[in-house]
Amino acid sequence: MAHTTPAPVETAAGGKSPARALPAKRQASRVRRQRLRAAWLFLIPMLVVLAAVAGWPLMRTIWFSFTDASFSNISEYGLVGFENYLVYDNGAWYGVLADPTWWNAVWNTLFFTVVSVGMETVLGLIIALTLNAQFRGRGWVRAATLIPWAVPTIVSAKMWGWMLHDQFGIINEMLLGIGLISEPLNWTANADLSMWAVIMVDVWKTTPFMALLTLAALQMLPSDCYEAAKVDGIHPVRVFFKVTLPLILPALMVAIIFRVLDALRVFDVIYVLTSNSADTMSMSVYARQQLVEFQDVGYGSAASTVLFLVIALLTISYLYLGRKQIGGEA
Amino acid sequence: MNRKLLKKIAAKTGFTVLLAGILLFTVFPFYYAIVTSFKSGSELFDVTWWVSSFNFSNYLSVIGDGSFVGSIWNSVLVSFATVIIAMAFGLTAAYALGRVQFRGRSAVLMIVLGVSMFPQVAVLSGLFEVIRALDLYNNPLALIFSYTIFTLPFTVWILTTFMRQLPKELEEAAIVDGASPMTTLFKVFIPLMWPAMATTGLLAFIAAWNEFLFALTFTLTDDQRTVPVAIALLTGGSQYELPWGNLMAASVIVTVPLVLLVLIFQRRIVSGLTAGAVKG
Repeated sequence: MAHTTPAPVETAAGGKSPARALPAKRQASRVRRQRLRAAWLFLIPMLVVLAAVAGWPLMRTIWFSFTDASFSNISEYGLVGFENYLVYDNGAWYGVLADPTWWNAVWNTLFFTVVSVGMETVLGLIIALTLNAQFRGRGWVRAATLIPWAVPTIVSAKMWGWMLHDQFGIINEMLLGIGLISEPLNWTANADLSMWAVIMVDVWKTTPFMALLTLAALQMLPSDCYEAAKVDGIHPVRVFFKVTLPLILPALMVAIIFRVLDALRVFDVIYVLTSNSADTMSMSVYARQQLVEFQDVGYGSAASTVLFLVIALLTISYLYLGRKQIGGEA
Repeated sequence: MNRKLLKKIAAKTGFTVLLAGILLFTVFPFYYAIVTSFKSGSELFDVTWWVSSFNFSNYLSVIGDGSFVGSIWNSVLVSFATVIIAMAFGLTAAYALGRVQFRGRSAVLMIVLGVSMFPQVAVLSGLFEVIRALDLYNNPLALIFSYTIFTLPFTVWILTTFMRQLPKELEEAAIVDGASPMTTLFKVFIPLMWPAMATTGLLAFIAAWNEFLFALTFTLTDDQRTVPVAIALLTGGSQYELPWGNLMAASVIVTVPLVLLVLIFQRRIVSGLTAGAVKG
């Protein structure tokens, strides 16, 4: 393919071709036009693919949310309007927005997001500050911190499921050993503990991501202000809060937002660790349960659409704020 | 003088403890999975901190199970195909977005970024309908198709970032020589982009290898499953007791290649992750 296209252009650059006689300006604009055309030609395949795998399915999901389609026979359905979202019938409200299980899932997701992203940020910061120091074997420690990130979520959920096992788990053994608890805890089934078990796994799995992004930001900091602080004898903790944190905050915010958007759609870890238990059910788990297990495509799509709207709203406000910030700096 | 020395020793000890804590926190769960994978029968029910004897029976029983080996093949096939598709569409798009100034460029970038934020469950029923219509239900091809939704956006995003960092002079020389954009891309940029492509490909591969929701929903029978679903649905003889030994052996088998890749390419992966996020 690369060999067929240059042919007509070669004449333009070649010795005595008429193109050479063209004023330089016109030739430059011709090249520009050619590049513009090529740019769109290069983009269109990618945009078509994205439309096919993302745009169209999303539109169909929204459409299904107004129907009574079922998973086993998705091609036959009737329109039901907003019934899947909210409907008043015979003195009671029905639909996703009237379902206490949905609101429980919303609450679980928000709790999970705030707690786990908060913990990941703090732990990630600590790890990044440690790795930012000079010591022997730093490369190895940095590589080791990447391990949790590479372990598939399903595998990490299973690994932790085993470590948190109520009878034979090593975590209970450790806690019993140091006397923190007097009898083994049932981490994944106990209503008060299971969300914490999920958070533990997620924190383990995603802290490396936070740590690496924070570390990258730390390594871009200029060293001169630190030298100045050292000369002035300012306490390192004060330096951290007055100098380091404000400087890495923009990069840290980007990482946090990525993680928040990711945590809001959490599915794998919860599904594998505690299956469809109501104590830990997230919005994604709820939507999939309606969609696949209860076969109710209409209702499940309504829940998915609400989740999509929440994430879209957050993304748009982030992009808007981000753009404003960039505009302010320029 | 003495106090200063004491302080220095204390700081050094504190740092070492912190470092040991970090290492323990990140490595221990995987280490413990390896320890467990070498235990069988009642050994499983004694908590031990290291491997006392290497018992390979869990590994043999996992590998002897044809459907698990089959799901490894499915995973390999799906992950490689996903990476190739993402690269093919991503490279050309990244050239356009990274090297050419045109109207609507930032709009396209916003669309790409927006798609990468999609919750997967939001396209689940729509994709299910498409897959049914293409008659790909319970077929790994359906996964290759659907994984493009998350691999393509970040491939485009990261490659664009890398593409932008290349010097302008490169292209100017090509333009003066009268090379077409296609030639410029293939002859000038792609040879220079190998490191970036390796990074992006690795990230896309890991993402596809680890995906769960689509794989769980779009496949039905054991022989069509990918590794994460096979592990999640691995059950033992009785309904109530999971075969933890087999489970850990299977986990180790599918994770060791990834861990090795990460250790070998850690620099590349870090640069890819930061290019993808920091510039966002």
